[in-house]
Amino acid sequence: MTSSRAAAPHAGAWLLIGPFLGIFALFTAYPLVRAVMLAFQQTFGPGAAHYVGWANFDFLSRDPMFWKAAKNTGVFTLGSILIQLPLSLALALLLNRPGLRGRAIYRTIFFTPALVGVVFVGMIFMLLFEKRTGLVNQALHAAIGVDLDFAWLETYIMPAMILATLWQYVGFNMVYFLAALQNVSRDLVEAATIDGAGAVGRFFHVTLPSIRPIASFVVLLSIVGSVQFFELPYVLLNGTGGPENRGLSIVMYLYQTGFQAGDLGYASAIAWVLAIVLAACTVAMRFLARGEDA
Amino acid sequence: MIRQQAQSADSGRIGGALVHAVLLASAALIIIPLIWLVCASLKRNEDFFTSRFLPAGSGFLGVAWERLTLDHFRSLAQLGIGRAALISVFLASVTAVVATMAAAMGGFALARLRFPGRRLAESLVLAAIIIPPTLLLAPGYQLLFQLGLLDTMAGLILPAAAPAFGVYLFRQATLSSVPPQLLEAARIDGCGDISAFFKIALPLVMPMVSAFLMITFLGTWNNFLTPQVVLQTPSNFPLAVTVAQLRGVYYQEYGLLMAGTLVSIAPLLLLFLLLQRDFISGLTSGAVKG
Repeated sequence: MTSSRAAAPHAGAWLLIGPFLGIFALFTAYPLVRAVMLAFQQTFGPGAAHYVGWANFDFLSRDPMFWKAAKNTGVFTLGSILIQLPLSLALALLLNRPGLRGRAIYRTIFFTPALVGVVFVGMIFMLLFEKRTGLVNQALHAAIGVDLDFAWLETYIMPAMILATLWQYVGFNMVYFLAALQNVSRDLVEAATIDGAGAVGRFFHVTLPSIRPIASFVVLLSIVGSVQFFELPYVLLNGTGGPENRGLSIVMYLYQTGFQAGDLGYASAIAWVLAIVLAACTVAMRFLARGEDA
Repeated sequence: MIRQQAQSADSGRIGGALVHAVLLASAALIIIPLIWLVCASLKRNEDFFTSRFLPAGSGFLGVAWERLTLDHFRSLAQLGIGRAALISVFLASVTAVVATMAAAMGGFALARLRFPGRRLAESLVLAAIIIPPTLLLAPGYQLLFQLGLLDTMAGLILPAAAPAFGVYLFRQATLSSVPPQLLEAARIDGCGDISAFFKIALPLVMPMVSAFLMITFLGTWNNFLTPQVVLQTPSNFPLAVTVAQLRGVYYQEYGLLMAGTLVSIAPLLLLFLLLQRDFISGLTSGAVKG
């Protein structure tokens, strides 16, 4: 035993980290290098490729479909964040009320949709958003007289997707906010109350700054998720961009060019643009998380 | 003074009622689509045009119970949903076990062992976490093609077998719950690194093991894009791909589509509710022993 340890003193450690390193090298590092090469190639299916220089990026900058997809993705991301996160925070604030009864039950209920896969959320909402037979139009018609033929899945596909995503993730984000709120110092809140701060003042001057690190993490998670959205439009629009490509997302366009049309090179160029935008968002959020005290 | 207190208690009670009203309304909005899903999977297709939840009739609670049907589930069985469910169970459990094991081992090595290359491995983990999976989609597909792994289960399981995010989580869990003194004592008793992991570290990070098993199981079960890209033979498709394909073929068959969706999500939701209780009992038994 002693002799084997002397011969290879770190064998155990390498065996333990080995599976990660092996899988990382083969399925992350190597494809990452290939992704750089692919972005400068045109391919026909997985086998045949030839070098095209900057042509993919050049075409990308003038490709109206890509810009349509980029605009849709931006609208979806902003819409998701600006509607979803304030509601998540509001629910968390309500649940955080001292002595609230049924907190655990509420939390479980709100969290449940996060367990449902996006594909299945798409299936459910596809029928909920149907004209006439869909529950959404029936309820809106009964409540405020909205037209039963309101075309969620055609003209209003963006609001439809933002609402479906709101249903799925409002509770998921709420759980993070709730965890953050439980760490807000009671002394600080009390001190602010004694100093005469009202509920609104306490929220903006005590609560919000205290939950800032987790809040910016939640914003980042939402950006990373929304910018790569694919499965929801795939199911709602049956693998197309919808009428006039109103629901075309960037990853959907990547899927169409790479896996339906067979040009993995152009798909990689799209993926790089996406990756760079995400990297910029990550840096920006790090910066915001540190805030004034940086 | 007393009156003031009574007043604030009153306003607290009114505020409390308001809070509950808002919470109940939100909870209803969250639950209604799921209840609707269950109703829809039991309805005949023609009843979708005349009823919102269940068809109205003269039966108990004003529902025409006799109009409900299990036909959609029978058609699903004939379409091979059973096989798709087995494939989902297989993929999700194998991926969860393998990924959790590899992540726990890697996390332990990074947190508590000293070896050349540890710093590098640590930065690789952090780098891998921030690489968006979309970027690896096209070259990953090409790689699986070259390896002959397209349209195989291995082509889905291997790339997910040692997730960087998991290694990071287990590194943190090991740092916070495996005391270095314990490992030092074991080492003096002649315990090697590998047996130290299995005998000492692994039992101490069990909460993370169950949490990560569940995260990976859920993620694999719900994953659509990867199996959609990697698999080609329909008899290999897991539930997510099968159900999404039903949508294209049987667009008008509302009941069938909802039955397929219900079959795909109900086991997961039940499993989660059961495990939630397990987590709690695990925590309390630990507290009693301690």
